[in-house]
Amino acid sequence: MQDHPMPEFGSFCLLLALILTAYNLLIGGIALWGESPRGLRITGIPQKKWNRLGETARRAGIASFIALCCAAFALVWAAFTDDFSVAYIASHSNRALNPAYKFAALWSGQEGSLLLWAFLLSAYGFVLRVRHRIDVRLTAFASTILAGIQFFFVLLLVVAAPPFSILPGAAPADGAGLNPLLQYPEMVIHPPMLYLGYVGFSVPFAFALGALMMRYPGEKWIHITRRWTMVTWMFLTCGIFMGAHWAYSVLGWGGYWGWDPVENASLMPWLTGTAFLHSVMMQEKRGMMKNWNVWLIFSTFLLTILGTLLTRSGAVASVHAFAQSPIGPWFYTFIVIAFAVCLFTFLFQRDHLKSENKLESLVSRESSFLFNNMILLAACFVVLWGTLFPVLSQYVQGSKVTVGPPFYNRVNIPIGLFLLFLTGIGPLLAWRSTSLRSIRRNFILPTVAMVVTAIVLMVSGLRPWNDGDDMQSTLFSLVAFTLAAGVITAIVEEFLRGAHVVRTQTGKNLLAATVLLIRRNTRRYGGYIIHFGIVVMFIGIAGGAFNQSREMEMPTGSSLDLGPYHIVSAGKTEDSLPEYDTHYARLDVYRNGKYVMELSPEKRTYFAGTDHEQSSTIVALHSTAQADLYTVYEGENPDTGMPIIKVFLNPLIAWIWIGVVIVVIGTFIALAPNLVRAPVARRQEDSVPVAPPSLHPPAVLAKVPHA
Amino acid sequence: MPSLGKFGRGRFWRNWRGPIFWARTVQTALLCVVVIAMLGAGQSRFDRLGHELMCSCGCNQILLECNHVSCPDSPVMIRELHAQLATGKSDAEVLQWFATKYGATILAAPIRGGFDNVAWIVPIAVFLLATIGTFTVVWLWKRRAHALAGESPGYAGVLEFPAAGPTTPQEAALRERIRRETEY
Repeated sequence: MQDHPMPEFGSFCLLLALILTAYNLLIGGIALWGESPRGLRITGIPQKKWNRLGETARRAGIASFIALCCAAFALVWAAFTDDFSVAYIASHSNRALNPAYKFAALWSGQEGSLLLWAFLLSAYGFVLRVRHRIDVRLTAFASTILAGIQFFFVLLLVVAAPPFSILPGAAPADGAGLNPLLQYPEMVIHPPMLYLGYVGFSVPFAFALGALMMRYPGEKWIHITRRWTMVTWMFLTCGIFMGAHWAYSVLGWGGYWGWDPVENASLMPWLTGTAFLHSVMMQEKRGMMKNWNVWLIFSTFLLTILGTLLTRSGAVASVHAFAQSPIGPWFYTFIVIAFAVCLFTFLFQRDHLKSENKLESLVSRESSFLFNNMILLAACFVVLWGTLFPVLSQYVQGSKVTVGPPFYNRVNIPIGLFLLFLTGIGPLLAWRSTSLRSIRRNFILPTVAMVVTAIVLMVSGLRPWNDGDDMQSTLFSLVAFTLAAGVITAIVEEFLRGAHVVRTQTGKNLLAATVLLIRRNTRRYGGYIIHFGIVVMFIGIAGGAFNQSREMEMPTGSSLDLGPYHIVSAGKTEDSLPEYDTHYARLDVYRNGKYVMELSPEKRTYFAGTDHEQSSTIVALHSTAQADLYTVYEGENPDTGMPIIKVFLNPLIAWIWIGVVIVVIGTFIALAPNLVRAPVARRQEDSVPVAPPSLHPPAVLAKVPHA
Repeated sequence: MPSLGKFGRGRFWRNWRGPIFWARTVQTALLCVVVIAMLGAGQSRFDRLGHELMCSCGCNQILLECNHVSCPDSPVMIRELHAQLATGKSDAEVLQWFATKYGATILAAPIRGGFDNVAWIVPIAVFLLATIGTFTVVWLWKRRAHALAGESPGYAGVLEFPAAGPTTPQEAALRERIRRETEY
């Protein structure tokens, strides 16, 4: 029996959170109805009283955050105090576990990760409710909708997946420990990041649904949610790529993305969220695509729930087997209810979503956004289709099939290249219409860069028609590098053009002018930096076409050559730690005859007596911008006793991680407020009435440097 | 219409909005798609087929990428793949042999024909329909916008601006709208 009442306290906090959330949902809903003209007319109760009732609901929502904080704290406390009377702690922790991983036990199992979900949702709700003065009524709607989502998760925690359930009888002396694959520093950061992304999309969803329910005039809800959406998108991006980096560093198969259903589940909302971030600009600027945007954010939210449903219900096979459980029916019910609410609200209020403008030209930024959205949604559909096809096949044919990397690579790579193409041309097109002169002016340099890059690459040996090469991969890489050169040139050209204008105005040097340019329009230039980061990531992904690997038994003194590297085995060693025994291979790495470093790939064997007795590999890496030398110690050959070493040479992998960092920097810049209003923009305003854009739109837009 | 310069004298640029231009663009795009789809013959058979199969140990990895310690199945399957290739069978026969022995889930992608083809056809069909749909939507919107511009003097084309004089609220609103619609 436990010697402290923390589990009971945790259970109490969950119950309290459930009651508070239910109050927020019900009373908040009633107050919103009462405040409406119809409610006021029917009840005859003055609005002030309804407002007071709504305020109690808001405060209940804030209090639910505190209750969930306490519940999460109780679980972490139980992990740190090795309270193995709690079934969850007994299954996911042990005494020898590193404290950082004890903290990570909060999200390493089903119940804990659902608690994390509910906690983060309440944290987002807390911020939203505290900042309610930004728009009291809209925030009240959003708060009530968030309470509805939170109610589902807290109910799940109380009824179906309680994290504080006590083991019957005496508590075990030690726990089963954390899955060894999860005992890696990135695993302490990756799941919360991913969850911040998943859960965060609930906020723009709640605002969009609330704005639709109350027939909110104007586009203010978009201004309010823009930062929420961008921050959420950034968290999801970081979460996805941290997961990829974890897979690359721990799983030891030389890759970072295996198109596993859990990976797919995180990618789908990212794709629709990215589409939303782009198309919402059309609503903001031109009052267009209102129906589309509402459904994009609805879909993004529903996909976060669908992904969770697919991977936790066991409906599809996944390597993330630790996340499966019989909570599927709960998610099925929730997703049906959420979809029904979205659909009925849309049907009842769709006349409110009439576009204010129509698209005027095929060659315009609006149409580029349309195609960008189409491509992102096509990619999302392919991922969803591939994830669900095994289930469909079993239903139709009676047998499951595997839909693995060959399917996704064949279908999604051309789509990705088209997206890369649009990344380059979209920002160069003007709103409404782009003149032929403007097209030529903006596209001539990128086109030249693409042609030169393609020629240089082919001359230097990147020829798809070469015998022995994988033609398809080589061709895709060639296209990707070529497009990347064009997009980067276009972005640099945009920066230089703007910086030149600022330099002319202020007399600053080019670097200072560029910084000032960015600070004057953080959103625009932050967006360019994000695009640049995406292009860098594409370059890294395209480098995968040239991966090489070798595997051999390497007794001491033997060597292996791969690319420019010469690897010599310097023997092996071993160590024993409280949680595991480890065996190292010591490999001396030479490049072009020069000693570079020693790499020590590891094989760990976690101790017996736990449910997770198994081996895991820890990769040793020598990473450069050119290529990663990736070494894996696969263990000893049972027949010869020799260590088996597998070495991969993965070109340009580092560019993917660098690209993610650039994307994060760009997002922060885009989130920052503008320093001052650009004088260039003022000049544009002054000049516009003299030459009406509607009479000569191409001519006017050609004069506007950033149109 | 602005001067088109050197390029503008060509028939291509003169007709760039015409049906011939679009027909040629679509034909070129289709040709590129076909060429890309037909590529892939140069890789070594072992490497290619090894990436078309899954490891049967349950690790959910591609056969030639499964390297987890002491995998009991991948070395056996790799030997079997070498043996099958040595018999001179075609790719389809080799894959069929593995599917018969280990079940359909051993194939890394649905390639057995029949209902498996649906896996490939649906995404392409959806993509093509979405592309055509987007073009149609853009075309319809553009046509409607031009029709509205013709009917309504206040819409998208015939906005009246005073030549000079003090700024009225309407002008200020118009300026704000233009600024909003032309900035990034």
